[in-house]
Amino acid sequence: MSEGMRVRMRVDGAEIAADVDRPGESLLTSLRDRLGLTGSKNACEQGECGSCTVLLDGLPVCACLVATAQCEGREVKTVVGAVPRPVRDAFVACGAVQCGFCTPGLLVSVADLLDREPDPDDALIREALAGNLCRCTGYEKIIEAVHVAAEAMSDGVPRVPARSHLHHNQWINVTTFPRGDAETGEDTP
Amino acid sequence: MTTPALTAPAFHRPADLADALAHLAEHPGAVPIAGGTDLMVAVNYRRARPEAMLDLTGLAELRAWSDEGDAIRIGSGVPYARIVAELATVLPGLAAASRTVGSPQIRNRGTLGGNLATASPAGDGHPPLLACGARITIASTAGTRTVAADAFFTGPKRSVLEPGELITAVTVPKAAGPQQFLKVGTRNAMVIAVCSFALSLDLDARRLGTGIGSAGPVPLRAREAERIDLPWADPRRFDDALAAEFGRRVAAAASPMDDVRGTADYRRHALAVCAARALRRVWAAAHTEGSGR
Ligand SMILES: Cc1cc2nc3c(=O)[nH]c(=O)nc-3n(C[C@H](O)[C@H](O)[C@H](O)COP(=O)(O)OP(=O)(O)OC[C@H]3O[C@@H](n4cnc5c(N)ncnc54)[C@H](O)[C@@H]3O)c2cc1C
Ligand code: FES
Ligand code: FES
Repeated sequence: MSEGMRVRMRVDGAEIAADVDRPGESLLTSLRDRLGLTGSKNACEQGECGSCTVLLDGLPVCACLVATAQCEGREVKTVVGAVPRPVRDAFVACGAVQCGFCTPGLLVSVADLLDREPDPDDALIREALAGNLCRCTGYEKIIEAVHVAAEAMSDGVPRVPARSHLHHNQWINVTTFPRGDAETGEDTP
Repeated sequence: MTTPALTAPAFHRPADLADALAHLAEHPGAVPIAGGTDLMVAVNYRRARPEAMLDLTGLAELRAWSDEGDAIRIGSGVPYARIVAELATVLPGLAAASRTVGSPQIRNRGTLGGNLATASPAGDGHPPLLACGARITIASTAGTRTVAADAFFTGPKRSVLEPGELITAVTVPKAAGPQQFLKVGTRNAMVIAVCSFALSLDLDARRLGTGIGSAGPVPLRAREAERIDLPWADPRRFDDALAAEFGRRVAAAASPMDDVRGTADYRRHALAVCAARALRRVWAAAHTEGSGR
């Protein structure tokens, strides 16, 4: 197939045309290698890790498993366009980012979760994030970050990341810090 | 800069089902793509290099379900996430199985049509379809045919689907009693079943329906287990021994093998446990005060 084809879609609010030269080219490949939009990460290309998660017409999907040609006329949101500020801030503030490779995918999944469930419990968070693997954090800080982001979004008070004049685990404006079940210290349902 | 023409055969987005079938008849090499959660893995790893693809995601006919009175007709392109969200009350077994598929990202894309066409012995959609007596509608330019779920699979990754045919719908009888789906895996998400078991209890017909997954070349029914004598007239006579006997019959119906996910012996054992548990659960649910249906 030498002629190639052009696919038009909306990516993070902008009308974009991607020329692909084989029908099975993935949205992830088009975003990263053709359009230079490297926010979505490539770690497995088999749907297992979630680091390529984007919103396609509002739903989280693995960009590596979507054929770009399926996106004609559709709306794609990457980590650049899908994630409210408080979610990003909470991840930084909580130490939910270490190497950062999983972070864009997780942020998109969390943005979708908080859009549907403004105050999710741990069980809901775990189910919603089951498709996003993280090799670094052990997930606890990610779950904390979701709670912190939920709180910030509900009361409008930003939790900004620590600055150098504070200790690394202190934040400005943090009043409460949900950490699972206060009685037992358990955070699994 | 020239705008390359959208080459019609290479990636076709049909306007409707008739267009899709006509295209497939004309271009037998075109590979249908629905959610892409099986196909794109193969494409990304160069195990498949389709010259041409046929996109099913834009076909409204395949993406809707309808209430047919005593059954639900599910378009082959309805993703799992919608089965879970919209059909859990009428089709609890299929919804429970759908909820175990992959992750939210996979459930937002993956479809029953793709699950059936792939015909993996481990496909989680299959056991509940067997247990419920679902029927699969298949269309081509030659017409439409309907196949019972337990006659659809012919071997590992093989089915009665012929070139030029598309799965258009799966018709699943509404639950007439409690249903269960149990799946054994190494964790609670993103797991290919080591083995799985679906059970449906039909209180009106006083009948059991079974489906075994990942423990044979194709998903299986446990017919001897379905024929077990249950104390319908005096439900309190149900006991653990009866459940255990049911489990033994289900395990005997399986023909598992050893592979990376588990041994044949382990699968048989796990199936017996799952089946006994499933039967205890549906029986209790059916006969608990106020449980209704
Ligand atoms: C990370 C990951 C986890 C997974 N977990 C599970 C799991 O837990 N359980 C499970 O069962 N599966 C799982 N799968 C496999 C897959 O998600 C399912 O089999 C899914 O149902 C496939 O549907 P699809 O729409 O994505 O199919 P596609 O990939 O689009 O298509 C699969 C095949 O079916 C054909 N096809 C699709 N639709 C039709 C149709 N209507 N008519 C005829 N042919 C058709 C295609 O040509 C292709 O050959 C997983 C996959 C991934 C990547
Ligand atoms: S790169 Fe898409 S899920 Fe891993
Ligand atoms: S922060 Fe390194 S993989 Fe998650």
